[in-house]
Amino acid sequence: MYRWLLCFRYLKTRYIALASIISVTLGVATLIVVNSVMSGFSTEMHERLHGLASDVMIECHATGGMPDPDAHLREIERICGPALVGSSVSVSVPSMLGIDFRGQQIGRHVNLIGLDPATYDSVSDFGKYLLHPENQESASFELRESGYAPDRKELAAAGWRHRRDRVSEERRIEKMVAQERKMMAELHRKASGQSEPAEQDDAAASAAKGPSFGPSFSQQLMSGSDGQLVAAVDPMTEQFPGIILGISTCSVRHRDEAGEVKDHYYAQPGDDVRMIFPNAAGETKVINQKFTVVDLYESGMSEYDSTFAFVRLDQLQEFRGMIDPETGVRSVTTIQLKLAEGTDLNVIRDALRDRFPPELYAYNIQTWRDLQGPLLSAVRLETTILNILLFLIIAVAGFGILATFFMIVVEKTRDIGTLKALGASGRGVSSIFMTYGLLLGFVGSGAGLIGGLVFVHYINDIAELLEMFTGQEVFDPTVYYFTEIPTIVHPFTLVWVMCGAVGIAVMASVLPAMRAARMHPVQALRFE
Amino acid sequence: MPTPIVLTARGLKKSYHKDRIDVPVLRGVDLEVRQGLVTALVGRSGSGKSTLMHLLATLDRPDEGEVFFRGNRIDNAPRAVRDRYRNHEIGIIFQFYHLLPELSAIENVLAPAMIGQSVWSYFKSRSENRRRAEAMLDRVGLLHRAKHRPSEMSGGEMQRVAIARALMTDPKLLLADEPTGNLDTETGQEILRLLADLKERDNLTILMITHDDEIAASADVCWRMQDGLIHSEPGVEETPAFATHAA
Repeated sequence: MYRWLLCFRYLKTRYIALASIISVTLGVATLIVVNSVMSGFSTEMHERLHGLASDVMIECHATGGMPDPDAHLREIERICGPALVGSSVSVSVPSMLGIDFRGQQIGRHVNLIGLDPATYDSVSDFGKYLLHPENQESASFELRESGYAPDRKELAAAGWRHRRDRVSEERRIEKMVAQERKMMAELHRKASGQSEPAEQDDAAASAAKGPSFGPSFSQQLMSGSDGQLVAAVDPMTEQFPGIILGISTCSVRHRDEAGEVKDHYYAQPGDDVRMIFPNAAGETKVINQKFTVVDLYESGMSEYDSTFAFVRLDQLQEFRGMIDPETGVRSVTTIQLKLAEGTDLNVIRDALRDRFPPELYAYNIQTWRDLQGPLLSAVRLETTILNILLFLIIAVAGFGILATFFMIVVEKTRDIGTLKALGASGRGVSSIFMTYGLLLGFVGSGAGLIGGLVFVHYINDIAELLEMFTGQEVFDPTVYYFTEIPTIVHPFTLVWVMCGAVGIAVMASVLPAMRAARMHPVQALRFE
Repeated sequence: MPTPIVLTARGLKKSYHKDRIDVPVLRGVDLEVRQGLVTALVGRSGSGKSTLMHLLATLDRPDEGEVFFRGNRIDNAPRAVRDRYRNHEIGIIFQFYHLLPELSAIENVLAPAMIGQSVWSYFKSRSENRRRAEAMLDRVGLLHRAKHRPSEMSGGEMQRVAIARALMTDPKLLLADEPTGNLDTETGQEILRLLADLKERDNLTILMITHDDEIAASADVCWRMQDGLIHSEPGVEETPAFATHAA
């Protein structure tokens, strides 16, 4: 009983001990903040990575893909059993994206994916990362009138309006140029007296073809190489096959002088782009195909946003010649599987690998974790190391407690003697200091817990405040693609951080407590 | 007729080691404390009387010799028995009071009860303990100071709180180590009167260590110590002079 009373009294009167516990408080608070932010990041990342990739992915590395995907799916269904809840086939092909931007050709390497919008959404999040709200509901490869990303003013005109504006502007300029050319020709004819009119024409045309003259010529340049297909399309009212571009393939993000994040789009919904990709035939030929951008895809994962472009599966199969002319069976390169919640993906993967051994099939069967393995393990390692480092901080604080406690034991020598004279046992006396350590640990880590949780709760406000004071961006959305710092507080983390901190405080009080217990009562009583 | 013996010391020897040289403090002390009497142990400083008291209170162990409490040997008893003996059978008051500075007067008085009882049994008999502590404080005339800290009290008051604390567990024997040594004469007299009163009214057995011959003379029994030995054989006086003198 007396140990509790004395502990509480010591706690109330010894501020030096409270000072020594501040480092524990700070350590605990930091641990909680770091763990919350790290798990917020990694959960967000897991979600995104998992959302983008299906549970299990079977990729065929052959250019022609795997024939008869339905037979494959039947076989997979047999292997997976009831765990299989969704599947989708797609064609993935490396390709080059060509964007015409103010007369300059911008080339980007992208992964062109032909997908079936209906089934693709069942194996991974695709629709929800599109910009147009209706496409988020159900993805479509038809250009929409307007309404892309209501919160982005750069894309206010995107859609058919942008397309019509652009085409009419091009036509206006075309007309102007034609007039000018006619005028120039007229002038030349007058000046030189009708000598070599054809040559002059060419010169005038090339003079007008400066890069600054931009868009007017792109149409001509492009249609020139494209043949009949383009000729059949009236860009004012018709579109090419729809394509959805990863947002980073066609935009750059930077910060203006005022510190505002700005996006610049090389192409936006309504623009036409060119895709160059190999066909599926034995003798690979390059296909050059024009598409109309119908939406943009923004997942927040730069790796995905900067490398993916999506078109309709059947169209890509046609372009690449992946349809068997005799049977009409279409080949695919990728089968994506969605499995029931809680299924052990590695087991399914291994079963599938057994069925399609790499010795016989050029298939690569991976779970989404395999795909993102290095990234996930890097985050895990980072979290572990941070935790170890921060616990070392608390351990250092433990030595502070140890020193303070030794001082308190010395200071309390006479009281220890008194207690022993009153019949307190050595164990009783030592338990005073152990309990004191325990209470200090609780107080310190409790304060740290509250501080940490408050910090986590207001972390975005604090970041803003820091930005205001220092002028330094704490959380740069151009880097992370999160608008806010994501945090998740796991109760389990709180428990073990608390236990660890309290444990360290108690361990630090063991030695001083043992010293107090061993103290000789007579010497203690005589202590001045 | 002599009263029964409460405490007996036989052939107690104790020496301290200083620079590998044994300094003998007690060189074979025999002592008896009888029930219901004030026994004084008088001697100059350095005569070993405090060391003797520590041995009698089992705060220290003799090199040789035995201590008996009501016929049971306690100097070599297990630690738990000795702790219980100090907590329950005897009460000790010190020259420097040794109150716990963080606790109020009443909490200091309650301390022996808290130490002697488990948390559970303390809580069960909490109100009883509280009543007893208040009664003890009342007995020494300090009930009105119950909530005060030692730092807010005078020396005499602190010593009275210490006496109340020593009486908390209803001890059979009160060991007083120079109880007036740190007080002025008048306050010292008050403390002595209180002790005499306790002896008279509660029939408390007191062993008092002092260097003051005058105080020693007022005791029922007086043992004189010199150079680690008890010199004069005590005689039990017919009329307890201590009480009359102190009154």
